[in-house]
Amino acid sequence: METKLALSEAKITRARELAARIVEPVGAFVDAHTTVTVERATLRLAGADGADADGVPVPNLIVDQLKGRLEEGALLAYVNALVKTGETVAGLNQKIAAGFNIAGLPLGDRAALEAKAQELVRTFSARVKGNRAHREAKLKQYEGRNHSPMLYLIVATGNIFEDVKQAQAAAEQGADVVAVIRTTAQSLLDYVPYGATTEGFGGTYATQENFRIMRSALDEAVDKQGRYIYLTNYASGLCMPEIAAMGALERLDMMLNDSMYGILFRDINMYRTFVDQKFSRMINAFAGVIINTGEDNYLTTSDAVEKAYTVLASQFLNERFAQVAGLEPWQMGLGHAFEIDPTLKNGFLMELAQAQMAREIFPEAPLKYMPPTKFMTGDIFKGVVQNALFNFVSQATGQGIHLLGMLTEAIHTPYMQDRSLALENAKYVMNTMADLGGEIEFKEGGLIKTRARQVLDEAVAFLEKIDQVGLMDAMERGEFADIKRPRDMGKGLDGLVKKAPEYFNPFEAYLKAELGLEN
Amino acid sequence: MIVRPYGDTLDDGAVQLSFTLPVADGPKGREAARLFVEKLGFKHAEIVHSHAMAEGFSFYVAYGRTETSVDFDAIHIEEATGEKIYTMAESCEVIRERLGRKIVIVGACTGFDAHTVGIDAIMNMKGYNHHYGLERYQEIEAHNLGAQVPNDKLIDYAVKVNADAILVSQIVTQKDVHIQNMTEFIELLQARGLRERFIAVAGGTRIGNKLAVELGYDGGFGKGSYADHVATFIIDRLIERKHLA
Repeated sequence: METKLALSEAKITRARELAARIVEPVGAFVDAHTTVTVERATLRLAGADGADADGVPVPNLIVDQLKGRLEEGALLAYVNALVKTGETVAGLNQKIAAGFNIAGLPLGDRAALEAKAQELVRTFSARVKGNRAHREAKLKQYEGRNHSPMLYLIVATGNIFEDVKQAQAAAEQGADVVAVIRTTAQSLLDYVPYGATTEGFGGTYATQENFRIMRSALDEAVDKQGRYIYLTNYASGLCMPEIAAMGALERLDMMLNDSMYGILFRDINMYRTFVDQKFSRMINAFAGVIINTGEDNYLTTSDAVEKAYTVLASQFLNERFAQVAGLEPWQMGLGHAFEIDPTLKNGFLMELAQAQMAREIFPEAPLKYMPPTKFMTGDIFKGVVQNALFNFVSQATGQGIHLLGMLTEAIHTPYMQDRSLALENAKYVMNTMADLGGEIEFKEGGLIKTRARQVLDEAVAFLEKIDQVGLMDAMERGEFADIKRPRDMGKGLDGLVKKAPEYFNPFEAYLKAELGLEN
Repeated sequence: MIVRPYGDTLDDGAVQLSFTLPVADGPKGREAARLFVEKLGFKHAEIVHSHAMAEGFSFYVAYGRTETSVDFDAIHIEEATGEKIYTMAESCEVIRERLGRKIVIVGACTGFDAHTVGIDAIMNMKGYNHHYGLERYQEIEAHNLGAQVPNDKLIDYAVKVNADAILVSQIVTQKDVHIQNMTEFIELLQARGLRERFIAVAGGTRIGNKLAVELGYDGGFGKGSYADHVATFIIDRLIERKHLA
């Protein structure tokens, strides 16, 4: 990649070394533990689905039945029940939903159980590989039809059927990526609701049926528009790996999936999150999903000029956590945002410096660039200008995934016309200055080069500090986003389980083998 | 004084509008849009732009002139604060001189609402738009509990730190979820016999003083409010209470 900022290669290498050292001890902890949602995700990969009359999902029913035995892996009892009852997966799910307890069954012949488990792994593997092949075929069929950067729109009505109309309209208007925002409470639910849903606040429940409905609607749009439309949801919160599992099965293309976001911004326990993010990322890696990381959130709580280095440092950490989970660079939609105070003199130059710096440091990553939100006001006319400047930076620096800024960001969830105007704005700016980026060089000693170097220097210094104290201690001390998270506090800690030596999870073993990770 | 919108001549009543119609773009759609604007009472309705957005949806920009007017002198506004807003330095000085002790303020974005942006703008050290937040005030002990805080937990915390005031932030307003949540907060305070103990303040982009007072709060702050406004309101109320006591 052509470099315009002449950043120090030695410093970038040092940052990556530090990230590897910081992530390593966390990885050791992760590999020794499982969680209730990792077990439920495994069951979902095996086919566990459905819910009882009270709406409790079958994977939760199973994990509750196996309380105290999760250290051996929930799948063991599930395949045992399949073998013992002779039921199909669907048949067993129905029985469990009707009250059948699988915990009481004596364990059958180990070889038979393992053979049954391998059969389930093969079914899963065939389905997800089929999904990948379908996506790749469509991308090839409609090659060159997506915008660059890809234009990303959200829908958030709360009603999946209304979302479908909005998503199809967005596709028709030119969106490359459609994200269904989740209802605001879902990240803190320790289960994934079942079935199609029509009620939600600020978004729509992520359920497997909702995924299927939206995928099918967007597939129609893909062939109608002659352009692949990426479907996006949130593998985050307390059910991170389960949502990744559902996404793999229903061919989602992108997942919001950050290694630390839940700890900092949702007060989810750090042990729980670190274990959950690893398994979720392995599933995403295998399914060919592009993850989107949440660095933009640092800038909604902290100042975008002073704390720019925390964004870069987090990108290095997210990159490392992604690597060790088997994700390829093209799957790493590392995040950042256009959130500098618009009244600040030369703020735009700093935005340009930050975006170009991220582009040069992570040359293969489809960087996810977030629009202004914090300084958007009710002045929608000024908002259009802010978004136009954001669109300019994104195009000039070759960002990968471009979240469209809404002129009514500070007012309400977008109206159809807000999306349309956002798309028109982006298409205009990006077309009229299509090749401008290639014409730009930055002045030696000028504001932009100096700023990029300063942010890199600060990020390296910050990572040195984290390396000295360790990531978990650093989070306890509030080093990230000024938020302190004690390691034994936060939601979901009671769902953490130390794996027994005989822990049984052939899905995990299969994913590791496929992804070339050490077992 | 009678006032009307101003374009370029006094009393021309010029207004711009934009909206979507669930019909295809075209001459018929544009005429429907023009008739709609006329039906709103505008004269000289003109559709200056339209474009298709999606199958069966089109967008319009319109101008019109209105003869409708309002009597400016007959208007009484109900803002939580009056004309005088203390700066941070003035707030601290008034607290020292008139109250003689630090005041304690607890705030959170409550219920399932996950947006800290509002409460952070008011409370965080850094503040918002060059207005420092309450954490920066030397005479205020500010506790920002963040987002998704249940109403009863917020009240428990306020009791624990012996707060003078509680700030409730609500950003998500879809299907009026903020109204339910704000109402629940006041009902919980009342049920626990604590309503008079705290100054209860609500805030959020879609929340005004009028709504907040209707729901039983002492005051409410919407768009364009900073820590200065909230601090001024709380300080003046505390001084009032001190004199009444």
